[in-house]
Amino acid sequence: MVSLFHRFNNFVQIAPLTLVLAVFLVTPMTIILVVSFYKFTGFLTIPGFVLENYSRMLGQVFTYQNYWATIRITGITWAITLVLGFTLSYFFVFDIIALRVKILLFLLAVVPFWTSGVVRMISWLPFLGREGLINRSIIGMGLTDQPLDFLLFSEFAVILSYVHVFTLFMVAPLFNVMARIDRDLLEAARDQGASGWQILWNIIIPMSRPGIAIGTIFVVALTATDFTAVRVLSGGKAGTVALTIANQYANVQHPFATANGIVLLLVLLVFVGGLMRLVDVREQL
Amino acid sequence: MSDSLGVLLVIVGIVAVGLYQLVRSQQAQGAGRAGSMKVEVRRTRGFYVRTGVYVVFLVFLYLPILVIGILSFQGPTGGLTFPMEGWSFHWFREVFDPTYIGDFRMPWVRSVILALIVMVITTIVSFLAGLAYRRGFRFSGLIFYLVVASLIAPPFLVSMGIGIGFAKLGLLTSWWTGTLGAHLTWTLPFGVLIMLAIFSRLDRSIEEMARDQGATAWQSMRHVVLPIVFPGMIAVALFGFTLSYDEFPRSSLVTGDGNTLPVEMVAVTGTAARPSLYAVGTMTTVFSLVVIFAGFAAVYIISRRRAGALTVAGSVPEGERYGKALRGAPEQPAE
Repeated sequence: MVSLFHRFNNFVQIAPLTLVLAVFLVTPMTIILVVSFYKFTGFLTIPGFVLENYSRMLGQVFTYQNYWATIRITGITWAITLVLGFTLSYFFVFDIIALRVKILLFLLAVVPFWTSGVVRMISWLPFLGREGLINRSIIGMGLTDQPLDFLLFSEFAVILSYVHVFTLFMVAPLFNVMARIDRDLLEAARDQGASGWQILWNIIIPMSRPGIAIGTIFVVALTATDFTAVRVLSGGKAGTVALTIANQYANVQHPFATANGIVLLLVLLVFVGGLMRLVDVREQL
Repeated sequence: MSDSLGVLLVIVGIVAVGLYQLVRSQQAQGAGRAGSMKVEVRRTRGFYVRTGVYVVFLVFLYLPILVIGILSFQGPTGGLTFPMEGWSFHWFREVFDPTYIGDFRMPWVRSVILALIVMVITTIVSFLAGLAYRRGFRFSGLIFYLVVASLIAPPFLVSMGIGIGFAKLGLLTSWWTGTLGAHLTWTLPFGVLIMLAIFSRLDRSIEEMARDQGATAWQSMRHVVLPIVFPGMIAVALFGFTLSYDEFPRSSLVTGDGNTLPVEMVAVTGTAARPSLYAVGTMTTVFSLVVIFAGFAAVYIISRRRAGALTVAGSVPEGERYGKALRGAPEQPAE
């Protein structure tokens, strides 16, 4: 009787979460998978099971150009956020000792996470344009007489915006794993004559691997699937996979958009799966 | 260059120097106090480099937002970048002026209402899920994987799937149906993971103790468990509100006719960009900061009050103290 009550209790407690995820995560993803096999005439979407959407997509040079742009932007963003995030986490964990200062400095870096990403993206516009702050400054200083055009409406602007918004996703997991590294271990290594670089390379980096993996998953998943910054800041110069999918959806080419989306999702899943094999992420969760 | 830029640079410089001093002074304290920490406080070149990186990162983080803040006070004839053509509240007024095309008022109201709904649902559902995981249940592993999948699922795919699903059912999406669901797939993983972390620190014997003293299941929940996890629930609520309030990609394809504020802002960016965009950006950022500050303050005050009122129960940050008390270790006096 009691166990029946408990089971009912548990059911009531977990049902809302399960229901929301089933309706708004599992169902939409299933719909995307199903629609990606629908037949598309150019105007109409006809239920069915054809591979045309996939074969059409994989036969286009355009697709590979998209993937190359996505991989390039994601890779550069990842590398910058990793180095920056690692340095910042190291600073918080090992350089700052007083807990209050640690919390204060960490919060200062984290608070923008809770403000609008759209505003932070827009806030690069007055900096990067031809008439923007950077161009005016360098012309004012006499460094050049022509405004630099690569600043706005370029991949540079897109990557800058990603680093601005996503670095915190690298900092948080790295901070978490580094804070658990036993200080005595570092001291012992130092007593044995290890140099600072050796400690970093042989102890801190290996022990930070789960944090690096989680941060990488976040940054890569966010960067590779974003189309907003690409649309607003690249001026159409960077054709990424996500932007193409968003455009196809806007043109009501649902089967093309969904097939494209499924392929992107598979690529990401293979990447995340590979990473999980290299590093045991679960111990951190 | 304009004066305002000079002023800005001076402000940034002062803040940077202040931060540097703060870091240095705490280093000195650490050196004075630390016995075992001695190794860590050697001021190596690396330390200065990392402090520099941190300060530059903060400038990089905040400078664009500050510039937006300054440019929103652009004079009526001014443009989207410097120089400032005088100072005015013109663009703030335009935000609230219904005769302009880019009317941000209704999107703003929608965003706030939606964020409040998301906040309430996220807090309740996460709390219940936390309770369920405390006891364990069938398929708990599967649901956990779903939660993690929800966290890293490509946002616009979720949005697109919901959009197509509504279309197939012959329904129109709106900000309070499709968008609400899309937001929950983003806020719930945060909420559930936070609640799991909090419940995992909560000693199970607390409830047993309450039961031994004759409390009913409801009483032990209401008077023992709930007060202890309450600050954590505020953190979940804070995440729920801010993540929903600022969300763009999950909203973008499913808001229907009623745009939320971020969607409206992006829509205006390309075509009709005016300094009023900066004005609304400034206001929404200030609004977010107020919400964050209120959230942190609430957690802090409740934790403090809890620490004072109850001699045994600690709040989340003092969870360790609670464990000690149970094990019979000497209790620290409450502040």
